[in-house]
Amino acid sequence: MPPTDASKPVLEARKVSKRFTLHGPGQYGKEVHALEPVTLALHPGRITALVGESGSGKSTLARLLALAHPPTSGEIRLDGERIAAARTARGKRAYYRQVQMVFQDPFSSLSPVHRVRHILGRPLQLHGGAQDKAARERQTVELLERVNLTPADQFIDKFPHELSGGQRQRVAIARALAARPRVLLGDEPVSMLDVSIRLDILNLLGSLRDDGLAILYITHDIAGARYFADEIKVLYAGQLVESGPGEELVRDPRHPYTRLLVESAPDPDRIAPPPDPDGDDAPPGEPPSLVDPPGGCRFHPRCPLAVPQCATTFPPRTHLSAKRWVHCWSHDAGVPQIPQADPVPHTDCPVPHTDRPVPHKDKDNSP
Amino acid sequence: MSHVPERYEDELLSEEPLSDELLSDELLSGELLSVEGLSVDYFDRAEPVHAVRDVRLGVRRGETLGVVGESGCGKSTLVTALTRLERPPAVITAGSALYRPREGEPVDLLRADERQLSALRWRHLAIVFQSAMNALNPVHRLGAQFVDVLRAQRGLSKKEAQERAGELLGLVGIPADRLRAYPHELSGGMRQRATIALALACEPELVVMDEPTTAVDVVMQRQILKQIGKLQAEFGFSVVFVTHDLSLLIEIADRIAVMYAGRVVEVGPARQLYENPAHPYTAALRNAFPPLRGPRRPLTGIPGSPPGLRHPPAGCAFHPRCASRFAPCDTEEPELLPAGAGEAACHLPTHADAPRTEEAPDATD
Ligand SMILES: Nc1ncnc2c1ncn2[C@@H]1O[C@H](COP(=O)(O)OP(=O)(O)OP(=O)(O)O)[C@@H](O)[C@H]1O
Ligand SMILES: Nc1ncnc2c1ncn2[C@@H]1O[C@H](COP(=O)(O)OP(=O)(O)OP(=O)(O)O)[C@@H](O)[C@H]1O
Ligand code: SF4
Ligand SMILES: [Mg+2]
Ligand SMILES: [Mg+2]
Repeated sequence: MPPTDASKPVLEARKVSKRFTLHGPGQYGKEVHALEPVTLALHPGRITALVGESGSGKSTLARLLALAHPPTSGEIRLDGERIAAARTARGKRAYYRQVQMVFQDPFSSLSPVHRVRHILGRPLQLHGGAQDKAARERQTVELLERVNLTPADQFIDKFPHELSGGQRQRVAIARALAARPRVLLGDEPVSMLDVSIRLDILNLLGSLRDDGLAILYITHDIAGARYFADEIKVLYAGQLVESGPGEELVRDPRHPYTRLLVESAPDPDRIAPPPDPDGDDAPPGEPPSLVDPPGGCRFHPRCPLAVPQCATTFPPRTHLSAKRWVHCWSHDAGVPQIPQADPVPHTDCPVPHTDRPVPHKDKDNSP
Repeated sequence: MSHVPERYEDELLSEEPLSDELLSDELLSGELLSVEGLSVDYFDRAEPVHAVRDVRLGVRRGETLGVVGESGCGKSTLVTALTRLERPPAVITAGSALYRPREGEPVDLLRADERQLSALRWRHLAIVFQSAMNALNPVHRLGAQFVDVLRAQRGLSKKEAQERAGELLGLVGIPADRLRAYPHELSGGMRQRATIALALACEPELVVMDEPTTAVDVVMQRQILKQIGKLQAEFGFSVVFVTHDLSLLIEIADRIAVMYAGRVVEVGPARQLYENPAHPYTAALRNAFPPLRGPRRPLTGIPGSPPGLRHPPAGCAFHPRCASRFAPCDTEEPELLPAGAGEAACHLPTHADAPRTEEAPDATD
């Protein structure tokens, strides 16, 4: 594994955008503006959460980072080196030795006809340099132990359908780790799992982060993102609108869309009904069409704070602090605090949890 | 803590003590639906799946009752049996479900015949499923589907039905001009809201919703929940809301029933379940949700996974995953007994051999 310098990003998207051309009758030549130029950097030992509603382009960004699609514009950089769309199998393999992806659905992402031994042994052989059988077996066991599937010999001969959802997702993560990547791209890795199992996987991602992995964690769950991610980035209709340390961003969201997201999240400690930005009767609108997206800030048709220039010009980035920025013309307009009750003291919490210090300066946020 | 349901407390204080019999009569008359001893098995192989086991549950008038539990614990089986939409190989093997309409005689839904049931559908019982596509007919315009139901069930004229359809869609935030749309022309969130409006078209007394918002994202979910709340305030129906999201239920439900391995293991006021859960599973479930605010305490999942229901574990089905288990847990099945203002099926508060602590039970130490 190449040396990791926590202050330098491992993987970067620089102004990457993506348009999909539609085919089909009546749509010929139309384009989906799925992602506007987005810049994002993943650092060793850091979990970056990407949140946003359905269709906002989260998976598209992850796929661009995984080289599954070529970007329409912009570039992907690994260790500062531009990746010339790795078209050859060899180029891709070299890339996937560094960058691995975990998908939402552990049911369909694992081949049903192979045992765990094969599912993990194969990438070990391809990427891990485990050529002989004994080495492969040993490394397979290590992987299973790393994702807490222990004792390993109880799992190694199982087929995916013989495992629970959480166990399957661990196998999927173990498979991603087989290449000993430096970057893990998780596209909603826990959304399909039961809460009781989710935490295990998230704690596992946390410990991989502590071991120096750079992790992109895509999720709908902003409460979970606050918990497990070092920073949260908010994507709305293909535009990154806000970024900052999770705690701060949830406590004091500055983009009206982030605020809507936070206010909509289930929160047992909330006492007042969530404020409705559009008054009592109007629902807060629908996500915009990406074939014919609204101009300027794409949130403006739904935005309670919109001013005329919102419809014409995408707002520039405003840095609120070293680690926080927002794209909103009205970012300093009245920010109502959400009323909340004191959180219920939980009885199981003998260990005070301190925020894990982020071991590096944040430098990635300039466009 | 008192063992008397909250809402009767002041009656008890202000008047002469009621006898147990009167109390339970009074309690039952507040219930729109009283389920007793309900069991449902799937006879798909020689050894059936015991998906719902001896469930007792009451739905009070006008309340929102949440039903929560992990995937496969029997939530959908329970509500499909209650609404008599169970399909083979599901078989209701025992129990009763007494439905007490505002007008007319009580009916045991589990013994009602097809004729009685079809008289109850729409005007008494309505159901919303997770997949809105199943409820809306893809080849008919939205408006036509509303009009059909309103004419057949409420005897409205075509014109009246059209007007009412527009109003109903308006209630869930869909402009009346979308009446002419086909279901596939609506967004997923709109379709789901249209399904809810359709379920409410005949002003039923009981609306059962099985994960109505699981497939939509949080902003849309909030929007739908708000509409449901508004409609409930207007029409006064009771809601049974099924989900796996306990943190959501604590916010929106009056009472919550927690299911584990086919049984109701705890039921009680939402706040109580959050602040003072009596069953270790409820506590563990609560502690598994990262809270949106407050200090970040370490979170633990629940070790192991939910049991298969062909051979549920003996004793308390939760015992293999329970950190509080003690001697009787793996052999004696705990009954649903009063706990605070609700009920819980756990040996901990009641069993003679239970370790006595003042601490709340917790499966996650
Ligand atoms: N191959 C494709 N062809 C055309 N449009 C596409 C394609 N892939 C994605 N899109 C569109 O691009 C937009 C962004 O989709 P994407 O899957 O990235 O969203 P997402 O944020 O991951 O949503 P979700 O939360 O539902 O997973 C959507 O409007 C989607 O319909
Ligand atoms: N048609 C069927 N044949 C056999 N077993 C079934 C059938 N349908 C459901 N089951 C089993 O019955 C149990 C209860 O299923 P049910 O669908 O009621 O769970 P649920 O709590 O609604 O889960 P989810 O949260 O995943 O919707 C599960 O163990 C399931 O595997
Ligand atoms: S203490 Fe016993 S009865 Fe209570 S939940 Fe745990 S195992 Fe079940
Ligand atoms: Mg996606
Ligand atoms: Mg279900």
